[in-house]
Amino acid sequence: MEPGHTSWHSTARFALACTHAATLCDVQVVRPSQWVSEPGGVAEELALGSRGDEGLARRLKALARTAPLHDLDARKSQLQWADASVYQMAEIGFQAIDQVTIAMDFDHGASHDQIMARLLPLIEAHAPGRGRAEYERVARWVLDGLINVGTVDRGFRAVYGMFGDVGYQRRTFDFKLLVELVSPDGEIYLRASDEAINVLVGALDTDVESSQIAAEVKLENLIRRGRLSDAQVAAEQARYRTVQYAEILRRKLDATRRDVRTVDWLNEVPDLISEALAHIAARYRAENAILANITEVRDDAVEPDRKRRAAQLVDIIQDCIRRHTQLQARLQDAGSTFRAEQDRQQFAGAPQRAAIDLFGQLLMPVLQQPVADAVKATDVFFQGVVGPDVRSAPRLTSLVDLLLSPPREREPLGKPLPEPELAPLPDPDAFGPEVWERADALLTAVDATRRLSGLLEEARVADPDLPHLVALRVVYAVSPPVGVALRQGDESLLVAVDDGEPLADIEFGGSDLMLGLARVKAAERAFAADVAVADGV
Amino acid sequence: MADGLRASDAEDAARLIALGLRPRQLPSRDVVYADLVRRHEQDPAFTDLVDAVAAGLGLAVLAVTRQSGAVLAAMTDSVFEMKIDDYAKRTALRDRQIEKVLHGVIHLAVAALSFPRPADLADDTYVGRVSVEQVDQAVREACRVLDERTAAADLNADPLQDSPGLEQVWRVYARRPSASATSAGRVTSDSTRGMTQKALRFLADQGFLHQVNDEGGGTFRTTPRYQVQVRELAAERAFDELIAMGVIHAGNPNGSIRASRPEPEGLPDV
Repeated sequence: MEPGHTSWHSTARFALACTHAATLCDVQVVRPSQWVSEPGGVAEELALGSRGDEGLARRLKALARTAPLHDLDARKSQLQWADASVYQMAEIGFQAIDQVTIAMDFDHGASHDQIMARLLPLIEAHAPGRGRAEYERVARWVLDGLINVGTVDRGFRAVYGMFGDVGYQRRTFDFKLLVELVSPDGEIYLRASDEAINVLVGALDTDVESSQIAAEVKLENLIRRGRLSDAQVAAEQARYRTVQYAEILRRKLDATRRDVRTVDWLNEVPDLISEALAHIAARYRAENAILANITEVRDDAVEPDRKRRAAQLVDIIQDCIRRHTQLQARLQDAGSTFRAEQDRQQFAGAPQRAAIDLFGQLLMPVLQQPVADAVKATDVFFQGVVGPDVRSAPRLTSLVDLLLSPPREREPLGKPLPEPELAPLPDPDAFGPEVWERADALLTAVDATRRLSGLLEEARVADPDLPHLVALRVVYAVSPPVGVALRQGDESLLVAVDDGEPLADIEFGGSDLMLGLARVKAAERAFAADVAVADGV
Repeated sequence: MADGLRASDAEDAARLIALGLRPRQLPSRDVVYADLVRRHEQDPAFTDLVDAVAAGLGLAVLAVTRQSGAVLAAMTDSVFEMKIDDYAKRTALRDRQIEKVLHGVIHLAVAALSFPRPADLADDTYVGRVSVEQVDQAVREACRVLDERTAAADLNADPLQDSPGLEQVWRVYARRPSASATSAGRVTSDSTRGMTQKALRFLADQGFLHQVNDEGGGTFRTTPRYQVQVRELAAERAFDELIAMGVIHAGNPNGSIRASRPEPEGLPDV
């Protein structure tokens, strides 16, 4: 844990975290408690007026939810390992929540590492040239701050005051921004909580269905008017709503899988499924129409920035469509899940005798009790259920035997495995040996100076692959390795010269090289070999 | 029977109890054990003797059957008593009550999911299956339902700042993360999944569960011994405690408590 990274549990801290919030809290929360003491005064009236004022509590809670982000910026100056003042921590925090939300789909969220990787380039932009290790540390620090690592509950707690029946009372309020969950394969991944999505997109605590329709209409208008940057914001909002919608449905279906009896399969769920399917169908049509529209904009756009933005929009819309398709598949599974679960639960034998209903009569009531009371019931249940605790008594003779017995010889592990030496496979030949032979024949047959075009035509008659190889070898001959030819004791060497004549060929372009065979004087051992070029090339 | 009582009978009775204290030992795998169980079944004098010896040791004999062997329970203040403080001792001193209640709720949920219906608990041949994921998700779902119910009732149930003991258990559970990653990427032991895993492994060590596979964080099946333990002792005691607190009213005068399972959303039973 970093120094100064304290859990987030007091009003004092809350006030520190953002001065702006502190003034608001002072006005709304602390003062009324002082006023209460004056009987019959203005305070009394105010207190009565605000009694049960849900709006006040809601506003205080909404304010508290942004505090962890302010807190990141407030704490950054205390970091010992880097000069973190240049990093806009709240911004990075928003981006982290953003990335987690985008990565959320039906079953999964994003792993810590994925989010880190996505954050690094964004963090680098804040302070270029600081080194990857520091960016990773900043990313980890922000992520930990949003999860609130270091507290047992890994969440945040804020205190707010309310007027209740017995006067002014301070209450605590818990919330989370990023939640850690386990996927079916045992990996830990992150999901953004509803609070986080609300903080991120703002005032999303409304009817998902209607706000989605509003966003779609807005999106279409914007695209028609050609305002792409606004359209992108609207499209992103539409995607967040899509994610939120999927999340609601996922919870319903999860509940169905766990316990058939907790879900109304007569009316509620079938209605929900048909509503969701209708919703998907409508969205699918709308989004496809939008997609066609934007694709057109993208293809017609001349300005590169506009083209890029249209392309981004296309991606977002495609992602929305993908999510809808995913959701639809789940909805179709739901019916068969229900039937299977019902079969499993219904065809058990009839009850033979009365017994306690553990879930309904013990677990649910215990969950509703205050901690101080419930602990009595859970303690006796625990003591009853775990069975006797048989402690092992140490016996001296056993201990002596254990200490005196010679160490057991371990079986030799067998011969060490030879470390196989693995050589990479050679690349497969582009041309078969036959083609090589023909090319050799063709090129060694160059007795007089010839043009490349002539050779190519000749080669094309023999084999369709041959011209390619011939062309490559001729290009190679523009600067032939004389030294190698000398060492190998070759008699002659193919030499190509460019005289500026363009090549007229159906497959290849470039210069129509002139070719000739050069004789190598083996007697000369000097590095610059004296090459006598035949036929005056 | 006093005149017929011999020292060897006392030895046999004590041996039956000793075998019962080894949860992995079963009559079907041990001829001597099987003989003793049969004798306990057929000889009332021997049955009394076993009960008396057990009582002297601070144990209660819950059942002696061929499937489960002798199922024993520690009485209060017996040397064999397992304290929840020892079980949860690795947790920090602060919030000890909260840790205790969470461990207790998880054990309750393990039993509730092993025997989802009252009939399952009553049926001696029933074998339950339970996994870490199931337990955690079921409790979370229950918490969600309670949360919705609170929201619907339009009450401000946020706990008071200066009396954390009055906070309802479901809030404590819902607040605790299901899984949180340690720096090594493993699940921490104070997350609810970590605690559930601990409970299931512990019950498996006590011979109450058998691990079947690793699906869902570890899937276990119940043994007859666990069923007896839950039915004859734990559930009764906890239920009595709740009644003493005035939480449950057993509606049926016959003592049949099969009735009114509170449906979380008031929905028809399918």
